[in-house]
Amino acid sequence: MSNPDSETPLVQVRNVSKHFGDGDTRVDALRDVSLEVHPGEVVALLGPSGSGKTTLLNVIGCILEPSTGWLSLDGEVVYDGRWLRSDLRKLRLEKVGFIFQFHNLLPFLDSTDNVAVVLSLAGFGKDESKRRAIELLDYLEVGHRKNAMPANLSGGEAQRVAIARALANRPRIILADEPTAALDSERAGIVMDLLRKVAVEQEAAILAVTHDEKIFDRFDRIFHLRDGRLDDQNT
Amino acid sequence: MNLAYRDIRHNLGRFLLTCFGLSLLLGVVLSMIGIYRGLVEDALTLVRTPAVDVWVVESGTRGPFAESSRIPGDTREAIARLQGVSAAGSVTYQSAETRHGSEKLRLYVVGYEPGRPGGPDRIAGGRPIGRSHYEMVADKRTGLSTGSRVELGRDTFTVVGLTDDQVSSGGDPVIYITLKDSQQLQFELAPPAARREIARGSSPGDTDTINAVIARVSPNVSPESVAEAARRWKHLAAMSQAEQERILTRSVVERARKQIGLFTALLLIVSAVIIALILYTMTMDKLREIATLKLIGAPDRTIVGLILQQALAMGTIGFGFGALLITSIKDYFPRRVVLLPEDGLALAAAVILVCVLSSALGVRLALKVDPATALGG
Ligand SMILES: Nc1ncnc2c1ncn2[C@@H]1O[C@H](COP(=O)(O)OP(=O)(O)O)[C@@H](O)[C@H]1O
Ligand SMILES: [Mg+2]
Repeated sequence: MSNPDSETPLVQVRNVSKHFGDGDTRVDALRDVSLEVHPGEVVALLGPSGSGKTTLLNVIGCILEPSTGWLSLDGEVVYDGRWLRSDLRKLRLEKVGFIFQFHNLLPFLDSTDNVAVVLSLAGFGKDESKRRAIELLDYLEVGHRKNAMPANLSGGEAQRVAIARALANRPRIILADEPTAALDSERAGIVMDLLRKVAVEQEAAILAVTHDEKIFDRFDRIFHLRDGRLDDQNT
Repeated sequence: MNLAYRDIRHNLGRFLLTCFGLSLLLGVVLSMIGIYRGLVEDALTLVRTPAVDVWVVESGTRGPFAESSRIPGDTREAIARLQGVSAAGSVTYQSAETRHGSEKLRLYVVGYEPGRPGGPDRIAGGRPIGRSHYEMVADKRTGLSTGSRVELGRDTFTVVGLTDDQVSSGGDPVIYITLKDSQQLQFELAPPAARREIARGSSPGDTDTINAVIARVSPNVSPESVAEAARRWKHLAAMSQAEQERILTRSVVERARKQIGLFTALLLIVSAVIIALILYTMTMDKLREIATLKLIGAPDRTIVGLILQQALAMGTIGFGFGALLITSIKDYFPRRVVLLPEDGLALAAAVILVCVLSSALGVRLALKVDPATALGG
């Protein structure tokens, strides 16, 4: 396990607040949230439904603009009262991998191309993209399904292909929203092992939202969110 | 990797079905335009076949097609003597009905003087009229063939030659007979009362009437000057070929033209709306995938490309199918369908334009999609 204090955090969130709507309809989804995640760490984001977990993940992934606060990814300040980069999608492509609760593979591409599409967007050539995609699928132990269409994959296989896609461009920040919710405990364990492996081997920071008590023991730290606020007794 | 193509291939059946539906629609649009062109073309056939410069008709009329015109049979000699006239011919035009086998046959009968302007311009089979009586050249659309015998009035005619695509503005196939025969036919087909008068001799010489004299002018002579000279006879009116064509398209086919024009315009609008709806729903169906693409970092260019390429593919395939369909069935239409390349190109351009414009609707939708929707459960 890497020592968190010795390296620059990959994710730094400082005093971020986010509210939706105004007046009577105002919802404070995040209130003054600060946290850091270091390379090699696998941390969990825990909290009841509606507590702001997804909102926080979206802010970190630069999908959602915070109302106030400061955000830095991989040593680059990306938000300081306003976005500091205009090409947020490129930033995502370079630094952030998403794993969805439902796998969200593109239904018209087979496993290999679902992974390769990220690589070709990142500028890799066709053959190189395919080669690396297949490599990743093998790494995630779904290489035997490389020509299958998403509709024909089991939940666990689809989730692993989705993880391969999230990892394809070697992002150092991986955000996962309930990555194991759709899986049984055995498969959930396999997925968590994989994420751990990636965190260690690629020095990545992994932030996963979860409800899943059976995997709590697999996280280095757990952040508790309640009504948009981080609890103090984070473990 | 071409996402548009991959998505189409994934839903190939549905895509092709949509294209097929669109192609039927565009086929109908094309055939409407073709029918419209055919109508105008048909209407002008009779005016263009003799290839003349001046039409001389009864004064106060815009004959012989738009209004009926009767002038004395000796008008032709007078016109032929005018300065600058190189050839002149008498012609008659009338509708007649006869039977061919068990079928009733409506004909448009042109009487002309063999050797002078007014006859068929091209014989597609058999020979031109060679004898002064009871021979006819018939259009193939009559269903007659050379050697067929047809009753007209009290006489029996033999088909000696055939023409292609000679129809009246009403769509009836044309037959050509000699002027003498046609005058006899005109007399026999006249109402009984008129016939009795003529037979009693109360209006002598009345059987020698014709409907128009057509004239060619020598090079360097203006048709207008010949028309001017012809108008000096009080009982005659004259017009140039261009005027005659204008009268025909304006008055004879005008209403049909407007009707079809309006219908075509409506069809075009309907097609545009349908294309827009198809493209919009195609995008709607893909919103989640589009959100996912945005989330994994795809630039707008990729997303716009996806929608635009599919729109263009659909437009192109739909139009291609449609054009192919109509080209292969156009000859089975009861009236002529004329498919001009420029009409096809114009429609193709319109379809492409509509595709681009309506995919703008889908693109707008797609660009507004929040990538976060891909995360939502
Ligand atoms: N786009 C939005 N517009 C309005 N309210 C929202 C929006 N997204 C989330 N919220 C609200 O913010 C709060 C936190 O939501 P969310 O982050 O999705 O919670 P969680 O993921 O922990 O269940 C909830 O009350 C939710 O209703
Ligand atoms: Mg959530």
